Amino acid sequence: MMFSAAAIAILVTMGLALARALLGPTVYDRILAVNMFGTKTVLLIAVYAFLSGRTDILDIALVYALINFIGVVAVLKLVEHGNFYTDGETVQDEPGKES
Amino acid sequence: MIDILIDVTLLAFLAITAIAILRIHNLFAVIMLFGIFSLLSAGVFVVLDAADVAFTEASVGAGISTVLMLGTLALTRGHHEKPPAHRPWLPLVVVLVTGAALVYGTVDIPGFGDPATPAQQHVAPRYLEQGQAETGVPNIVTAVLASYRGYDTLGEVTVIFTAGIGVLLLLGRRRRDKASKDEQP
Repeated sequence: MMFSAAAIAILVTMGLALARALLGPTVYDRILAVNMFGTKTVLLIAVYAFLSGRTDILDIALVYALINFIGVVAVLKLVEHGNFYTDGETVQDEPGKES
Repeated sequence: MIDILIDVTLLAFLAITAIAILRIHNLFAVIMLFGIFSLLSAGVFVVLDAADVAFTEASVGAGISTVLMLGTLALTRGHHEKPPAHRPWLPLVVVLVTGAALVYGTVDIPGFGDPATPAQQHVAPRYLEQGQAETGVPNIVTAVLASYRGYDTLGEVTVIFTAGIGVLLLLGRRRRDKASKDEQP
C-alpha cells in the first residue's frame, strides 16, 4: 500500500517534469526537467523493485543515476562552451600563444 | 492494479513525448525529449522484467545518444529544424498503408504469452527449467542474453566498439588539428 502510494506520487511528479520539458521557455528549464525526469525514473525503478519483490533490479537504478549525472554534465558543458573538447580557459587563448 | 497503472501511465508519457518530438522544431528541446523518451522506455523494459535491455536502453539511448546528438548540434550551426519543402501527404499515405498492413499481419500472431506457440516450445522450456542450474543467473533474460547467446552478445559488443572508435576518429579530428596548429606557431 505504501509502495503503491509512493509509485503514484512519483508518476504524478514525472508528469509535471514532462510538462516542464514540453513547455519550458528557456534551455535551462528543459535541462532541469530532463535531470528531474531521470531522477524520478531512478526512484520509480527502486519503488517498483520493492513493489514486485525483484530487488535485483535495484542495480539498474544505480546505473541510471550515474548515466543521468554524466548526461547532464555533458549537456551543461555544451551549453556553456559550445563544444565538448575545450574547458573554459582554452577558449580564450589567442592563436599562437603558448598554453 | 498498481502494475497496470504504472504501465498505462508510462505508455501515455511515451506517446505524449513522441508527439511532442514531432511537433517541436527547436532541435535542442527535441534532443532533451529524446533523452526523456529513452528513460521512459527503459522504465517500461524494467516493468517487463528485461533488466539487460533496460541497461542497454539507459546507457545507449539516454547516455551516449544524447551526447552524440548534442555534439552534432554543436558542430553544425542552426538550432532550428528546416521547414518542410513539400506537403506531407504522400509520406502520410505510405505510413498509413504500411501500418495497416502490419496491423493486418498481427491477426495471425498468437496471443501474448500463449504457451502453445512454437516459440515457447522449442528451447524456452529448457531455459526456464534448467537456466538457473546451468548458468547460475537469477534473471532468465540475463541468462539467455549473457550465457546462452554469449557469442551473439560478444559480436554486438565488437560492433559497438568499432562504431565508437569510428565516432572518436571523426569527432576528435578537429581537436587534434587545433593542437598541432598550436604546436607550430
